[in-house]
Amino acid sequence: MNVFNEKNRTNSTLEFNGSVEQLLQHLNINSETVLVTRNNEILTEDELLSNDDTIEILSVVSGG
Amino acid sequence: MQCEKCHSKAVITLQHGSLCKSHFISYFEEKVFKTINKFHLIDRKDKICIAASGGKDSLTVLYLTKKYLDHYQIPSDHLFALCVDEGIANYRQHTIVDLKEFCATHEIPLKVVTSQEEFGAPLDEAYPKINKDTKKKPCNVCGVFRRYILNKYARQEGATKVITGHNLDDEAQAIMMNLFKANTTLAGRLGPISGIHEQDGFVQRVKPLYMCSEKEVRLYTILKGFKIDYTECPYSQLGFRHKVQVMLNDFEKDFRGTKQGIIKSYLAMLPLLKQQDQETNDTIKSCETCQEPSNKIICNACEMKEVLTQ
Repeated sequence: MNVFNEKNRTNSTLEFNGSVEQLLQHLNINSETVLVTRNNEILTEDELLSNDDTIEILSVVSGG
Repeated sequence: MQCEKCHSKAVITLQHGSLCKSHFISYFEEKVFKTINKFHLIDRKDKICIAASGGKDSLTVLYLTKKYLDHYQIPSDHLFALCVDEGIANYRQHTIVDLKEFCATHEIPLKVVTSQEEFGAPLDEAYPKINKDTKKKPCNVCGVFRRYILNKYARQEGATKVITGHNLDDEAQAIMMNLFKANTTLAGRLGPISGIHEQDGFVQRVKPLYMCSEKEVRLYTILKGFKIDYTECPYSQLGFRHKVQVMLNDFEKDFRGTKQGIIKSYLAMLPLLKQQDQETNDTIKSCETCQEPSNKIICNACEMKEVLTQ
């Protein structure tokens, strides 16, 4: 799975199958502070992800 | 997850259920309009200045204020945007590009004022000098600069209201910060309408996004396709607010509704806090140096200007 994290502008690759909620737990990210998209589509926390996905984690916390 | 209203794919799960894209947009816009109406944030005769930075909150409040004026057939020549360029390298110049494009697209006049022209130095240069004398954090200095410039230039342009993009998260953080620091006087000056008194020279500040969480605002901007470049202020993590922000988000994750609970409790107490503030601060002053509103003889902005000219 390819993961782009907007907050620190990093791309990473990881082996992961599970829900959005589990991915955020795995990455130690508070789900209150982000929105997750796949192919520009917003995902809710129950959505299942697979290794082939490209995911963007967008920060909802103000930058300033 | 399915939308509770139409069973199509949900984009968010709120306390009362999940919503799809179109039902979320309707819910969000109705909430903002209800906030404006409930707290009488906009009057037909107002000339409105929107404090805008180009971030998600200010673009949302710009767009929805214009939509509100159109909906109620209030002439939109009553509206303009005012941006404070604090002078923070690799930060504000990015959001100003988005703001200029947004204002041009939506035909909203925009005025940009820099800290350099008002205080003689960008924040990056001013902060270390002021900090050396006063130990003030960058967010304190920036806050004084911004409030001063916004009020002064909004008034000069004839504005009767300044609309800000403060959201529910911002407000819950400010309430807790005042509580932790026992700032009971400042506590009474928060709320959907800032300030206590009608005061000469002070342009009332109002907050249409008061009941909208930060997550809802960001989602709205994505679903509406607003162009926003996420750039974090290099100073943001140094402040007290950041600690409170992290704490409240941790609480919200484990105890859903925490931030709304803080706002609801605060609104219930607000009349008492305002009354207490009016009883104890009945003589609000103007700054002897600049004549801007101030509760001290020399305002914070002029004190900082003095440090910068030494």
